[in-house]
Amino acid sequence: MGQSIIEKIWEQHIVHQEEGKPDLLYIDLHLVHEVTSPQAFSGLRMKGRTVRRPDKTFATMDHNIPTDNRKVINDKIALNQMTTLEKNCEEFQIPLAGIDHPDQGIVHVIGPELGLTQPGMTIVCGDSHTSTHGAFGSIAFGIGTSEVEHVLATQTIWRQKPKTLKIEINGKRQQGVSAKDVILYVLSQYGFDFGTGHVIEYTGEVIDHMSMEERMTICNMSIEGGARAGLVNPDETTFSYLRGRKYVPTGEAFEQLVTKWQSLVSDEDATYDRVITMDAANIAPMVSWGTNPAMTSKVTDSIPTSSDYETAVEKKSLESALKYMGLEEGQKIEDIQIQHVFIGSCTNSRLEDLREAASVIKGNKVHPDVRALVVPGSQTVKSLAEEEGLDEIFREAGFEWRDSGCSMCLSMNNDIVPSGEHCASTSNRNFEGRQGSGARTHLVSPIMAAAAAIHGHFVDVRKMVERQPVR
Amino acid sequence: MTGFKTLKEKAIAFDRANVDTDQIIPKQFLKRIEKTGFGQYLFYEWRYMADGSLNPTFELNQDKNQHASILIANENFGCGSSREHAPWALLDYGFKVILAPSFADIFHQNCMKNGVLPIALPKEQIVQLLEKGKQQPYQLEVNLEKQTIGDETGFQVSFEIDAYWKTMLMNGWDEIEITLQLADHITAYEQALR
Ligand code: SF4
Repeated sequence: MGQSIIEKIWEQHIVHQEEGKPDLLYIDLHLVHEVTSPQAFSGLRMKGRTVRRPDKTFATMDHNIPTDNRKVINDKIALNQMTTLEKNCEEFQIPLAGIDHPDQGIVHVIGPELGLTQPGMTIVCGDSHTSTHGAFGSIAFGIGTSEVEHVLATQTIWRQKPKTLKIEINGKRQQGVSAKDVILYVLSQYGFDFGTGHVIEYTGEVIDHMSMEERMTICNMSIEGGARAGLVNPDETTFSYLRGRKYVPTGEAFEQLVTKWQSLVSDEDATYDRVITMDAANIAPMVSWGTNPAMTSKVTDSIPTSSDYETAVEKKSLESALKYMGLEEGQKIEDIQIQHVFIGSCTNSRLEDLREAASVIKGNKVHPDVRALVVPGSQTVKSLAEEEGLDEIFREAGFEWRDSGCSMCLSMNNDIVPSGEHCASTSNRNFEGRQGSGARTHLVSPIMAAAAAIHGHFVDVRKMVERQPVR
Repeated sequence: MTGFKTLKEKAIAFDRANVDTDQIIPKQFLKRIEKTGFGQYLFYEWRYMADGSLNPTFELNQDKNQHASILIANENFGCGSSREHAPWALLDYGFKVILAPSFADIFHQNCMKNGVLPIALPKEQIVQLLEKGKQQPYQLEVNLEKQTIGDETGFQVSFEIDAYWKTMLMNGWDEIEITLQLADHITAYEQALR
């Protein structure tokens, strides 16, 4: 019987197996950032332990790094976390893309960008959106601080074998429908916990034709569906993305890797614990209106009403979400006024995202009631965008152009949405208080955010884009 | 972690249900970079008055309860977020054992991982223990090997614990220790990769 890529990678990484216990799994790449690592390092120090494979570990700082002025860091606690990471990396010999390093960026943006992320790998990081790296055909998942320490010390982790879920997306997307809309649509249809206990394999025509950037956006939000991880089979798109990247071998060595990676692809007759099939033609630009990512509708729709739900629990959660969001049942999505636009985060802050947003922004102005910022996912993305003149387009329209970091995705630095105000955000979580206490987040694609910035409310970006039908 | 087989120490009656991790350690203390030192912030909102002085009515602040290492609480202890800072704070304060009718899942797991022993006992037994603990300074003996808890008046009950975690706690191993015992397997795996 055939195997899926998930099973193949899993089996290749088992170091030890024992009745009644999880599998001990080898980890190929451990990414580290400033917020979830300090206690793990001090744990090592207390026990006199070392980092087993600093060469398979890579650190950066992104969560509470300032994105406006890097010379002056006023937040003493944030500064302490950053200098602690510097010291830890020095002591344990771990490569670090620190605050002044040209490779610095959001951990899930720089892994792929530097070619650290490769097909067939097991990848962990003390951060739930580690699922992003699955776009390359790897099993990538977030871990807690004790587990960060465990991986540092042993390069392994104990994990129960996951269940497998195949999501097949067929057909063609309409123009103006982004990868972000595809994953938001999946969440709107199947809820925030449909993936519990599973690793998702995304397949089908739509995924096959997606760029690596788009696949990363999809895999990034697997966690919002409760899945342990999400991945895409590696193909020519994957290999050509990786060819020539900083940490990828060159020449013959690379071609040998490609041959190995090709063998990972799911067999035709592979079976799954669960399969979901959908048609891309049904997907429209999406906007989240509630306080979890599944509370999302098409931009042309209205916010649901209590009668759309059956159970008392659902009715209650609609009510409390709308109360927090300051919205009404049945209100048209296009009538939601916004005061902030955030283009950034590990979901949508890559060069392609910025290009698309800029194509909508070009020649327009940010609405006078709106404050808009672009936070590139990495310093590399930032400089590439500047080479293309994208920064000029954003600046001229009235956007702030920042240094890279997590920024307004979780507002641990100073980039905060004030209480009661609405933000069109390209990030991945719209939980209460995520972008600041009382802040009201609407998750959208980069082009939808760009369109909202111009109009001051949500608009159907399909009316604005005049590109050829995509792929 | 230091392993323990038996432990005979002071127990506090902490007659509260649904104690969540926000109450165990409030979020303003999560930005620290250490795993230790959280003990001073344990139960922060309850333990201190607005002016920073000790709240004299709070259980931990009473004379008879000083230097306790066993906490007797009510159901659903440790509910809320998954923060590992909760067991870190309890351990740093000096608690090694927590007795309650039930625990929240992730908290229970986090305790084991950090060498705190959470013991679930039937509600009637907890009620009994709470009564005793409220009266006077109270000592309990926890025998992990035999899986029993008793006091000097002849009170004696047994408890359940997962065999895997029992071995870990008795030996003072953490998960890393267990894994390091498999270092040969890891090395062999790495060599096969080359
Ligand atoms: S951008 Fe947001 S979701 Fe991504 S790693 Fe940073 S805080 Fe987490």
